[in-house]
Amino acid sequence: MSGQAFVERLKQRFGSGIRGAQLEALDPWIEVAPEALVEVCTYLRDQPDLRFTMLNCITAVDYFEPDPKKAAKVGWEPHLELVYHLWSFQNKASLVLKVMLPRWKGDVPGELPEVPSVAGVWSTANWHEREVYDLSGVWFVGHPDLRRILCPEDWVGHPLRKDYEMPLEYHGIRGR
Amino acid sequence: MAIGADDPRIIEFDVRTDEMLVNMGPQHPSTHGVLRLVLRTDGEVVSEVTPHIGYLHRCAEKIGENLTPKQWIPYTDRMDYLAGMNMNLGWALTVEKLMRLEIPEKARHLRVIIAELGRIASHLVGMGAYGLDLGTFSPFLYAFREREKILDLFELACGARLTYSYLTIGGATHDLPPGWLKKCEQFLDQFVPVIDEYHALLTTNAIFVRRTAGIGVLPAAMAIDYGCTGPVLRGSGVDHDLRRDVEERYTEMYDGYAFEVICQRNGHYPKDHDYPPVPSQAVLGDCWHRFYVRMLEVVQSVDLVRQAIDRYSTARGPHAVPVKLNEKLPKGEAYLETEAPRGQMGFYIVGDGSPIPWRARARSSCFCNLSVLPEICRGCLIADVPAIVGSLDIVMGEIDR
Repeated sequence: MSGQAFVERLKQRFGSGIRGAQLEALDPWIEVAPEALVEVCTYLRDQPDLRFTMLNCITAVDYFEPDPKKAAKVGWEPHLELVYHLWSFQNKASLVLKVMLPRWKGDVPGELPEVPSVAGVWSTANWHEREVYDLSGVWFVGHPDLRRILCPEDWVGHPLRKDYEMPLEYHGIRGR
Repeated sequence: MAIGADDPRIIEFDVRTDEMLVNMGPQHPSTHGVLRLVLRTDGEVVSEVTPHIGYLHRCAEKIGENLTPKQWIPYTDRMDYLAGMNMNLGWALTVEKLMRLEIPEKARHLRVIIAELGRIASHLVGMGAYGLDLGTFSPFLYAFREREKILDLFELACGARLTYSYLTIGGATHDLPPGWLKKCEQFLDQFVPVIDEYHALLTTNAIFVRRTAGIGVLPAAMAIDYGCTGPVLRGSGVDHDLRRDVEERYTEMYDGYAFEVICQRNGHYPKDHDYPPVPSQAVLGDCWHRFYVRMLEVVQSVDLVRQAIDRYSTARGPHAVPVKLNEKLPKGEAYLETEAPRGQMGFYIVGDGSPIPWRARARSSCFCNLSVLPEICRGCLIADVPAIVGSLDIVMGEIDR
């Protein structure tokens, strides 16, 4: 199935749940609306001709330039991107889904943006979402056990945010 | 005469067993580094396992956002520190994919030699340490005896014995030194007969079989659901290996090489090597099968190194294309997974036109392999927990990054 035909098929099935696609990219990707994510993922996993049974990776990319001079030239609005890499054993094919989120919920700094959890679709997502929450600060609604995984439980902030500042001190250990 | 539950002769009636939380690690020799497991036990039976990780977390991804890709290579060494070469390779290929860089033929075969030797060295540690987990010390010494020779070869090639930074963007930092191939062949000739010793020490050892066969059974569907890869996935009978499947940029390295993916098909493993048969107690997906797949992959890697040496010695061209330390990265993003010894190691890079990546991400294979632990440990004995953890062959440096 060609990329274009595949996107059309998804659009027909989910309407505005599919926001767009970038088929010229090195790894072509499809943008999914956050509210349709679980439905789209379940469909991709269960359709007999697709069977994307494996979730390889979830990555969050923070698009934010702290330097105002550089920020004027970057060509994008500040946002967060979630990237899902899927794999189908049956078709030996990979697929990339993206979900665009605001950096903060309601633009209030400190309020984590929310996205539905796909831990019920692929169990891999359980730990990966915990990692994304820990390091990039995204709240996965419906996750069975969303807590920090790599950083200590009392860590403040999310290190992979571009505006993250290293703590000066942590339990008597000097930082910076 | 029937005995009722309230009969005073039954003294066990009042002996209640309570659930107990047992803390295992992070400083525990059989947890392979700094893994902490909290076991909920009822007597000897484990009802729940909760892994706690992050003791070795260095936020390598954040460091990657502040260095050029070439500068980040030494950091990839320190992820899976038992297979540094394979980590270097994964990151180098991902950056090359983003830069659309073609590497010369000679570098391609050089990478196969090095990557497969790295796989042998890594599986040897996996095997030796697994013996240690199960209470036998000698296989560890035998495994390290042979691994030492591979490290000597690596030292000759790049000067380092653990953190190599040898395979780099564009090829390798140096060409192999004169006489290296001969030394490598000598090692392989000496190594192949030794594999039988390992089989005698572990694979067919009655105690070993009883400790591993039928323990920690991981069904194929669950392995896929949890994103398990590498020998853990193939030990469950899933025929999947990135060296053959998936992305051209990686599979073209192995183009023309003759090899068969090691996994059980229709109840049989590939028949081109001489190795002991599967014991009758073993169930597909158990600890024994995961171990066995690793052992067979060692034999296969020897074969691949031999093929690569032939190709390398006739290949022309340089061992690398020059890439500047601060070479600008094109705008765009690339994701690539490679078949590292412990599973699929993925790297993701986002370039923004500057020499420093906007985002560098490492998808760890052990991270996913470990996440299945609570599922396969449910209902096992405490003594089986080290056996199951050992069979997953995890390296904490890679999980915590």
